[in-house]
Amino acid sequence: MNQMAIAALKNQYKSFVQSMFDEGVLDNQFSQLQDLQDSSNPNFVDEVITLFCNDAERIITEMNRYLNYQNVDFSKLDSHVHQLKGSSSSIGAHRLKLACVNLRQASYERNKEECVEAFNSIRHEYCLLRSKFQFLMQIERRIVALENNQQ
Amino acid sequence: MGMAAQTQFHVLAVDDSLIDRKLIERLLKTSSYQVTAVDSGRKALEFLGLNNHDNEDEERNSSVASVSSDDQQVGVNLIITDYCMPGMTGYDLLRKIKQSSSFKDIPVVIMSSENIPSRINRCLEDGAEEFFLKPVQLSDVNKLRPHLMKGIRSDENQSNINKRKGMEDIHSPDRTRARYNELEVV
Repeated sequence: MNQMAIAALKNQYKSFVQSMFDEGVLDNQFSQLQDLQDSSNPNFVDEVITLFCNDAERIITEMNRYLNYQNVDFSKLDSHVHQLKGSSSSIGAHRLKLACVNLRQASYERNKEECVEAFNSIRHEYCLLRSKFQFLMQIERRIVALENNQQ
Repeated sequence: MGMAAQTQFHVLAVDDSLIDRKLIERLLKTSSYQVTAVDSGRKALEFLGLNNHDNEDEERNSSVASVSSDDQQVGVNLIITDYCMPGMTGYDLLRKIKQSSSFKDIPVVIMSSENIPSRINRCLEDGAEEFFLKPVQLSDVNKLRPHLMKGIRSDENQSNINKRKGMEDIHSPDRTRARYNELEVV
């Protein structure tokens, strides 16, 4: 019975990841990460996701702070967006990366209103991504728990 | 003697991004390289035993290296570094390494998230072996092997020269062979 449950969960995981590709939330870089996971590094994807989310939240908090000032320090803002864009690209967070590109553009133009709009977009995309990642990790953990039960 | 090839190549990876460090480390380990990952150019130089007092430390390190003969003090076969880092950029690091008499022959590879031709050209002109666009793929890491193998061949050539003083033409055939091998690898 466990075997069937594990297979079903793995299918669910696979389908959900596919839906994220279809929606453009993730791109091929995420597959590259999955390919790097193996029996010697069974938690690689999980670890990268966790690192990414912690980092992204830190950066988003900072950007929010900068945007709340009367005089926005666009150069500091830009350096933060650059970091988030980099991490997004490395994990395959496609839509989030595009949102970062928009903020970089607005920041380059020193347009505060557009920056705020672009930032809201980033926050939205990140929250969406995070909740999907959380769902994925929950499935993953259930698979691991069942596999451990079998031993 | 120190002729035996190292069982594993040792790559020094430099990137201020935690995620990118994790990624490059995994890519390199998957390719069976030993990896040391640091988060800044300064730490990379410290690891190599070079710092701001370049000349004195180099001489000290060189003399220590020759005393300990076979074992390299640090044993780094390749350096792969991000371009955009706070403080010392990857380009600055490249220059410092190429200016160092002890380390100028270590192959250096630059990574960047930004596709700027003038930046790429400058790095390659100033001694970088490769320039990878991020996110770095396994196919990029596969391109490192020829550069690492070149390092071993030149070590072998050096010992051959030392051993067989009269046979000066020994390294021409080796170099030709090296070229063909690189082509095969590619």
